[in-house]
Amino acid sequence: MVSPNTPTTIEASDAEAAPQEPLVTEELLVEEISIDGMCGVY
Amino acid sequence: MPAETALLTEQLKGGLNAPICLTWEVTYGCNLACTHCLSSSGRRDPNELSTAEAMAVIDELHDLQVFYVNIGGGEPTIRSDFYELVDYSVARGVGVKFSTNGSTINAARAQRLAGTDYVDVQISIDGADAATNDPIRGVGSYATARRAMDHLAAANFGPFKISVVMTRNNIPQLDAFAALADSYGAQLRLTRLRPSGRGADVWNELHPTSEQQVELYRWLIERPGVLTGDSFFHLSALGEALPGLNLCGAGRVVCLIDPVGDVYACPFVLHDEFKAGSVREANGFSGVWRDSDLFRSLREPTSAGACASCGSYDACQGGCMAAKFFTGLPLDGPDPECVKGYGETLLAGVAAGAAPSAGPGHSVPIRLTRRR
Amino acid sequence: MSDLDCSRRYRLDPDVALRPEPFGALAYHYGSRRLTFLRSPLLAELVRHLEEHASIDDALAASVPEERHGAFRHALGALADSRFICAC
Repeated sequence: MVSPNTPTTIEASDAEAAPQEPLVTEELLVEEISIDGMCGVY
Repeated sequence: MPAETALLTEQLKGGLNAPICLTWEVTYGCNLACTHCLSSSGRRDPNELSTAEAMAVIDELHDLQVFYVNIGGGEPTIRSDFYELVDYSVARGVGVKFSTNGSTINAARAQRLAGTDYVDVQISIDGADAATNDPIRGVGSYATARRAMDHLAAANFGPFKISVVMTRNNIPQLDAFAALADSYGAQLRLTRLRPSGRGADVWNELHPTSEQQVELYRWLIERPGVLTGDSFFHLSALGEALPGLNLCGAGRVVCLIDPVGDVYACPFVLHDEFKAGSVREANGFSGVWRDSDLFRSLREPTSAGACASCGSYDACQGGCMAAKFFTGLPLDGPDPECVKGYGETLLAGVAAGAAPSAGPGHSVPIRLTRRR
Repeated sequence: MSDLDCSRRYRLDPDVALRPEPFGALAYHYGSRRLTFLRSPLLAELVRHLEEHASIDDALAASVPEERHGAFRHALGALADSRFICAC
């Protein structure tokens, strides 16, 4: 559960910044998506 | 959408170091003239990438660690170097799925493909029978596709993909498509018709009705094993989200390389407005992916625009950029097939002929197709 | 429930490619065509160097703050289930 008073914030995406550790629940540290599951390929 | 999943999609919208997979149309040449062709294919372009240039692209995809490329066209197998390029790609660690009308998949070719790993084959049909398919893809095209499927099955190729563009005419055949795929042990793939390429000319009469969209959505929810290329994420506003990222991947997660090396945001926006650059530029494909103005702007956060007051925006993300662009709708508003009808209302205000067009592309003039 | 044996050495499956990304990494299994997002740079590094440790327990002790061990074990279990990592 994400606490609203957490000291670590997720910055808006900036590819040059050092990656921040995300505050994700344990179930979502690993997330599978089908290789077919993105729009814009045929 | 749960908050944690939304976080991933927000991160994806900001862009990736490389596309996850991309579409590469290797030729505009095609032996068919499908009425809805997204790339307006037919005639080869004299300026298509040479074999050496194509291999240089594959080298870049390797360096970028692109896992997988979807190769199409036109009909990709009409290039005499096609299988050489496939082999080269696999050897360099980039898996290949190629999309074909099946006309070159004879018994011998099927055998050879069965012996090749990391290559997937996708056969295109748009009807579960010739009566439905052939008016779109041409006389004899259904039989040709079925023969290719039979050859792959006989060669023990394993699960190939059957890909169908959903139209007003074939939505009633959903169960038949599933049965056809089952009969071959193949994977069924249903994708969305966009008003792109020649699709613009037939979109009014072929795009599904709103009732058919609901029918399709309910059918897909019941069958998570049916692939969609995430092309129906605009339907997620109807209820629980369909499987997939449920967002527009253009310029963020995917992109297109066209036969002459031009890079576009996705295969459904072959128009200067969505051209990011060319692989023939100094920094090649990597430079375009990383630094093009178009992709940078697509990776910036977008607002809901006219959709802000609609409770469904989180689910549908405003739908498909290509569908909006080629029907003359603003990009920061509803999809023309918005399930709440907001797009249809807006379409009524678009003047005839006002929608952007990319022109005839590489379509073969009608009189030549009647030569036989 | 996964069969993860944290007392054993594990490694990335040789058919898996791991590509760093701002959010962590993308992992693709060339054999099964499965694609997984590793949503933590720390997890991505752990997986990349997993084989260098005599066991998963050792790898976690060396690289991950203790309060996250449970979550990371769960994540490694999911990766083992889909054959992205396997016991040596």
